[in-house]
Amino acid sequence: MSATRAEICVVACAEAWRGDGEILAAAMGTCSILGARLARLTFEPGLLTTDGGALLTAGPVPIGAPAGPVEGWLPFREHLWLVQNGRRHVMMGASQIDRYGNTNISAIGAWERPASQLLGVRGAPGNTICDPTSYWIPRHSPRVFVPKVDTVSGVGGDRAAELGARASRFHDLRRVVTDLGVFDFGTPDGSMRLVSVHPGVEVEQVLAATGFEPAIEGEVPPTRTPTDEELRLIREVLDPKALREREVRA
Amino acid sequence: MSVEEIVASLESGMTLGIGGWGSRRKPMALVRAIYRSSLTDLTIVSYGGADVGLLCAAGRVRRVVAPFVTLDSVPLEPHFRAARQAGTIEFTEYDEGMFMFGLLAAAHRLPFLPTRAGLGSDVMRVNPGLRTVRSPYGAAGEEGEELVAVPALRLDAALIHMDRADTRGNGQYLGPDPYTDDLFAKAAARCYMSCERLVEPGALTGPPQTLLVSRMHVAGVVETPGGGHFTDCGPELGRDEAFQRHYASAAADPQAWAAFAERFLSGDEAAYREAVRRWHEEEA
Repeated sequence: MSATRAEICVVACAEAWRGDGEILAAAMGTCSILGARLARLTFEPGLLTTDGGALLTAGPVPIGAPAGPVEGWLPFREHLWLVQNGRRHVMMGASQIDRYGNTNISAIGAWERPASQLLGVRGAPGNTICDPTSYWIPRHSPRVFVPKVDTVSGVGGDRAAELGARASRFHDLRRVVTDLGVFDFGTPDGSMRLVSVHPGVEVEQVLAATGFEPAIEGEVPPTRTPTDEELRLIREVLDPKALREREVRA
Repeated sequence: MSVEEIVASLESGMTLGIGGWGSRRKPMALVRAIYRSSLTDLTIVSYGGADVGLLCAAGRVRRVVAPFVTLDSVPLEPHFRAARQAGTIEFTEYDEGMFMFGLLAAAHRLPFLPTRAGLGSDVMRVNPGLRTVRSPYGAAGEEGEELVAVPALRLDAALIHMDRADTRGNGQYLGPDPYTDDLFAKAAARCYMSCERLVEPGALTGPPQTLLVSRMHVAGVVETPGGGHFTDCGPELGRDEAFQRHYASAAADPQAWAAFAERFLSGDEAAYREAVRRWHEEEA
């Protein structure tokens, strides 16, 4: 079976939680939510996932479906306590992201009088300083991948380093998945590194869509394609209405 | 109490906490009554949704204290955006967890509570009054950890909406999430509660842990059926998504907003409910 770009993205998001064990996989965005549930259904069965609301579901449920049997309760207040507790790896969105993984979901332009007011910082400051954090960015463009974000909502590696080893000991940026490729922060100075490009995407295309120069080491491999079983789970179980295809350009 | 009596007891310049979360179980009937009032210079403390948007649109707000303002299924709140972009309101922007710690501090009469959330982010830059606090328990040869000291979010009054309440002022939620309405009640000098249905004392059925708010923290209660509309309320009353979309598209355009306000917000709560009923008939 040949996979669509969105399906490759779902699997790339799922890979973010590989090795995480028994923690909450918190996700925002369709492919990210599908990725968390796919990881739980396949290689990371210990993960906890929600119904998108206050319920920890007994199994990974299809996107948008009722919770069905539940194994726990996670209302917003408990979710906020869990952020402090740390047994959680969140994959957030970002309107802007820079080379050190600072992200902005608050405001475009001067914060004091924004050209465009966005959501507000939400839980991004707490998430990034307390828990492992990844990002899912469905439209990779130079407007998102910028040299410097306007407001730091999510804390990047350079900001964490300035805080010192003790204050930043739980800061842990894992990966950035986009519709074009996958990045991590595995460079000596913690800046962004291109680790794979999705099949059909050229490295030059990624660079043209990125407003800074990410680290590249040698030949960039392709992102792995979904297995037949993963495709079956995505298409028949988790997302039969193909909502993923609305989030990612073909 | 009536909705009008509650709003008449409020004063311009007050700090008002509003319960719920985003577009979920907001005390919208009370918010609509404040929209119609002549109160000014309010500071609104809220996990913000259309409550914040409506009050900004009405010019009632001097400052918003919030970690976000969203309609959930519609990500951005148009009135709040417009107010921020026009520079007509001040904004205290906190992380979601910080915000809860501020309520917790006020609810327990503490001046602050420490948290990591906020460190390294621009929350520290855009709130120049925020201070850090150093732990006195440093390990041997090591300085204590430095944390954000979230100041107590003390409220002059809080407004919350419950699925059920009794006439003494005990409140019950029936959905899966209490949000932080009990903290709003405790953080406030006085708390007013609206509810979908008011019952006699002792008639709140269901598990005792759903009895979220105690009468010891409630100054007044009012029955407002549909008073959370158009936000999500309990298991029986989901969000009115169609009407919320209508609100959001009207709010994004001054002319459309004038028509919306005239049709839905120029009368009292009964007129609002009737106007919404008719709108749904037309849309069906």
